[in-house]
Amino acid sequence: MMVQPGIMALLLGSGLTVSMLGYAAYQGVQILRYWDITSGSERQLALERRTYLVSTLMSYAMGFQVLSLFLFIYTADTLSPLFVGAMCAAGSLKVNGFGYPALLLNIVGCLLAGLWLIVNNTDNKAYNYPLIRIKYWFLLFIAPFFFAETILQGEYFLRLQPNIITSCCGVLFSIDAGNVVADLLSLPRTMAETVFFVSVPITLALGYSVYLRNKGAVLFSVAAFAQFLISLIALIVFISIYFYELPTHHCPFCLLHQEYGFVGYFLYGTILVSTISGMGTGLIQPFSTIASLCEVIPPVQKRLALISIVSLGMFILATGYGMLFSNLSMQAY
Amino acid sequence: MVYAFVLFLLASVLFAADALKHEAAELLQDSPEMIVQRLVAGRQEQIPTTYIASIKQIRGVQSVEPRLWGYYFDSYSGANYTLMVSTALMDHSGEIIIGPGVSRRSAAEGPVQVLGKKSIIPFKTSDGSVLPLQVRGLLPSATELVTADLILMSEADFRKIFALADNRATDLILKVRNTKELATIATKITERHPDTRPILREDILRTYAAIFDWRGGVVLMVLSGALLAFIILAWDKATGLSAEEKREIGILKAVGWETSDILLMKFWEGAVLSLTSFFIGVVIAYLHLFVGSAMLFEPVLKGWSVLHANFRLTPYITVYQLATLFFLTVLPYTVITIIPSWRSATIDPDSVMRV
Amino acid sequence: MIRLENIRKVFNGGKPNEFVAIDGIDLSIKFHEVTALTGPSGSGKTTLLSILGCMSRPSSGRITLQDREMTSLPERFLTEIRRDTFGIIFQQFNLIKGLSPLENVMIPAYPTGEKFTVLSRRAMELLEMLGLAGKAHAKVEWLSGGEAQRTAIARALINNPDIIIADEPTAHLDTRLSREFMEIMRQLKKQGKTLVIASHDPMVSASDVVDRLVRVRDGKIVATEQGR
Repeated sequence: MMVQPGIMALLLGSGLTVSMLGYAAYQGVQILRYWDITSGSERQLALERRTYLVSTLMSYAMGFQVLSLFLFIYTADTLSPLFVGAMCAAGSLKVNGFGYPALLLNIVGCLLAGLWLIVNNTDNKAYNYPLIRIKYWFLLFIAPFFFAETILQGEYFLRLQPNIITSCCGVLFSIDAGNVVADLLSLPRTMAETVFFVSVPITLALGYSVYLRNKGAVLFSVAAFAQFLISLIALIVFISIYFYELPTHHCPFCLLHQEYGFVGYFLYGTILVSTISGMGTGLIQPFSTIASLCEVIPPVQKRLALISIVSLGMFILATGYGMLFSNLSMQAY
Repeated sequence: MVYAFVLFLLASVLFAADALKHEAAELLQDSPEMIVQRLVAGRQEQIPTTYIASIKQIRGVQSVEPRLWGYYFDSYSGANYTLMVSTALMDHSGEIIIGPGVSRRSAAEGPVQVLGKKSIIPFKTSDGSVLPLQVRGLLPSATELVTADLILMSEADFRKIFALADNRATDLILKVRNTKELATIATKITERHPDTRPILREDILRTYAAIFDWRGGVVLMVLSGALLAFIILAWDKATGLSAEEKREIGILKAVGWETSDILLMKFWEGAVLSLTSFFIGVVIAYLHLFVGSAMLFEPVLKGWSVLHANFRLTPYITVYQLATLFFLTVLPYTVITIIPSWRSATIDPDSVMRV
Repeated sequence: MIRLENIRKVFNGGKPNEFVAIDGIDLSIKFHEVTALTGPSGSGKTTLLSILGCMSRPSSGRITLQDREMTSLPERFLTEIRRDTFGIIFQQFNLIKGLSPLENVMIPAYPTGEKFTVLSRRAMELLEMLGLAGKAHAKVEWLSGGEAQRTAIARALINNPDIIIADEPTAHLDTRLSREFMEIMRQLKKQGKTLVIASHDPMVSASDVVDRLVRVRDGKIVATEQGR
C-alpha cells in the first residue's frame, strides 16, 4: 500500500461519496415504502422534506464523482514514475487488475448520476411528483455501482507495490498489445475515421430534430451513447496522434498533461456533457404521456438536446483544430 | 479561523513534500546514469579496479570511471561526513572543498563556528596519525540538500585516510550511449561479475520520490486527527443553529422562499467560506514554506542528523496538490454540512406563526 | 374564492400528546371581502390562518383556491402560488435584523428572479405610499413600533398579492397605532384586496372595515356574522 497524499485524498473522496449515496439510498427505501402524495400526515411531510436531501446528496455525489474521475487519472499519472515501465497513467492503472475496472466504473457512475439528476429535475417540475417511485428505484439501481467502484478503487490502491513491472502506454495502446484496444487499433485507420466522421453529423441531426420539433428523442439518446463510444475509440485510434504529433502514441491519458495544454479535460468534459444530456432526452421520453408531465417534458428535452449538440460541437471543434493545426500529416501513412 | 488553519497545515505538508521531491529530482539529474557496486555478504565492499576493463568491453558502454568516497566520523563534532575524491583537487593534495554543513563544524556541545577558506580540519587516519587538510573552497549553499556534509579531496589524501589500496575503488560510474540499453547492460555486468550490483539513476529517483511521498503521507495521517477534529467542529457549528438564524429562515420561508432557495443560499455561504479559507490557508502555507523555510516541519521531512541542512526551498506548486488539498478539506466540510443545511432549510413556514 | 372543506389539523398524531388544533372546519372566503377570525387563544385561529395562507398542510380535508386544488401540491408549487397570491403580516412583524426596511420589503420577491432595479423601485414606491421614504435605508432595529408595522405591511404587498393575511396585527400596538392600521386596511380594501385578519382585539373585530366575522372556538367555527 502506498501512502501518498493524493491517494488518501481520493479514498477519502470515494468514501464520502459512497456514504452520501448509501444514505440517499436508505432514504429512498423509506420513500418507496411510505410515500402518499394525497396524505397530509406528518410522515408524508417528512418524506417530502427528505426528497430535498436526496436531491442535494445526489448533486454533490455527481460533482465529486466527476472530480474524482480526473483526480484518479491524475494520481495514477503522478504515481507512474514509481513503477518500472510506466510513463503515464496508462501504466500505473495496469499494475494490478483493479485499475482499469475502477476507472470504467467511475465513468459509468458519472453517467448514471447525471441521468438520475435529469430525471429528478424533470420530476420536480410536475406538481404531483409523478416519477417518485421510478426515480428511487433508479437510485437503488445506481447505488451498487458506486459501492463497487469504491471497493475496486480501494483494492487498486491497497495492492499497489512499487516494484511491479508494468507497461507504458506506448506498449499498451499499440497494435501488438493483444488486448481490446489493440484489436481496435489494427482496424484500418480510414475505417475508424469514416465511422467517426459519419456518426457525428447523424447525431447532430437527430439532436437538432429533437431541439426543433421534439421528434426522435429515443433515437437521439441511443445515438448519443453510441457517439460516446465512437468518440472515445476515435480519440484513441486517430485523434490523439495529432495532438502528440507522433503516429504511434495513442494514449488517452497523456492528453490530460500540461504539455498538451490540458486539452484532455476539455475533450472529455464536453463529450461527457454531450452524452449525458443526449441520453437524458430519450430517458424521459416514455414519461411524456403522464398528465402532469406532458407540458413539462418537451421544453426539458429541447434544452437537453441543445446542450448536447453544443457540447458535441465544441468537442468536434477541439478535435478538428487539433487535427488541422498539428504538425503531423498522415498522408504518407 | 479553524478552517483556514487546517488548510494551512495540510497545504504546508503537501507543498513541502512535493517541493523536496522536485528538488531531489532536479539535483539528481546530474548524477551518473549507472553506478556499479560490489557486494560481499549483502554489504557494500570495495570494488577491484580490474573490473573496469571488462565492463568497458560491453557494447554500449561509453566510459567507466572509478569513484572513491566514504563516511568519516568526526569525533569533535559528532557528525558523519561524506568524503569524496574529486578530480578538481587532483593536483592539490592537502586541500579540501567543503559543503555548507561542514563549514558549520563545531564541538558537539559548543557554539557554532563557521569555517572558511584556509581553515584547517584535522583527519584521523586508519593508522592512528593525524592528517590536517586545509579548506580551499566552499560548495555553493544552493546545493545544500545533497552537499551539506560533503568534503571533496584528492585521491592521495583519501587513500591515506582510509588506507585504501591502489587497485581498489568504492564503486564505478558508467556512461552509456543509449539510455534504453541500461537494463541490458546492467544484466551483462552481473553476468560477468556476479558479485556486483548495478544501480540505475531511475531507481534512486524512484526511491526518493517514494520516501518523500511516504513521509508526506505519514505526516498527513498524523494530521488526520486534526482534520477529524475540524470536521466535528464544523458539524457542531452547523447543527447548532442559533434561535435567531432559525427565526430568520422561518421568516424567509413564510414570505415565499422555498426549500431549494434556502439550500442555494446555504450552498453559496458554504462555498464562499470554503474558498476564502482555502485561499488564506494556501497563501499562508506558501509563505511559511517558501519564505519562512518550513519551520514547523523541518525535522520530519528532512530526517535527523547532527547536521541540519539550512536551505530555502524553491517554490513548487502544482494543480495536483491543490486538487488533493481540495479533496482532503473542502469535500469533507461540504459533506458534513449537507444535513445540517438541509435541516435548517426545511423549517416549516408556519414556524414563525406558532410563536 | 378560497374554500376549505372539512379541514382537520392534528399535531403529534398517534402519540400520547396528540393535539387536535382544528376539528372539521368548512369555510369559504370571498374575494374582495374583509374577513375577521376571532376567538380566545388556543382556539385554533392561528393554525386556521396558516392553513388558509397555504403555509401548512391540513391532516385531512381539501383546500381549493379559485377551483385549483392546493391540498396535495408539493412544496415548491405551493410556495410559488403562495408568493404570488398571499401577503402575510405577522404578529411580531418578523423583520430581519441587520437589513434596511427597503431590503426587508424586497426579500419575498428574490426567488422570482426579478431584476434588482425594477424590484427596488417598486419597494421604494410602497414605502413612500406608507410614509416611510425617509427611513428606507436605516437599520430596521431603529424603527419605531408604527414604522416597523408599516414596513411589514409594505413587505406583504411587494408581490402584489390578491389576499392579505394578518395574524394579531394590533397585539403590540396602542390605540392610535391600531386605528392607523385599520385605516391602512381600509385603503387596501378599496384597492380591491381580500383581507383575512385573525384577532381577539375588539378594535379589529368590531371595526366597520370588516365585512364578515367568524368566531372560532376549540378548533371549530361557532358563529359567523355577516355584513355591517
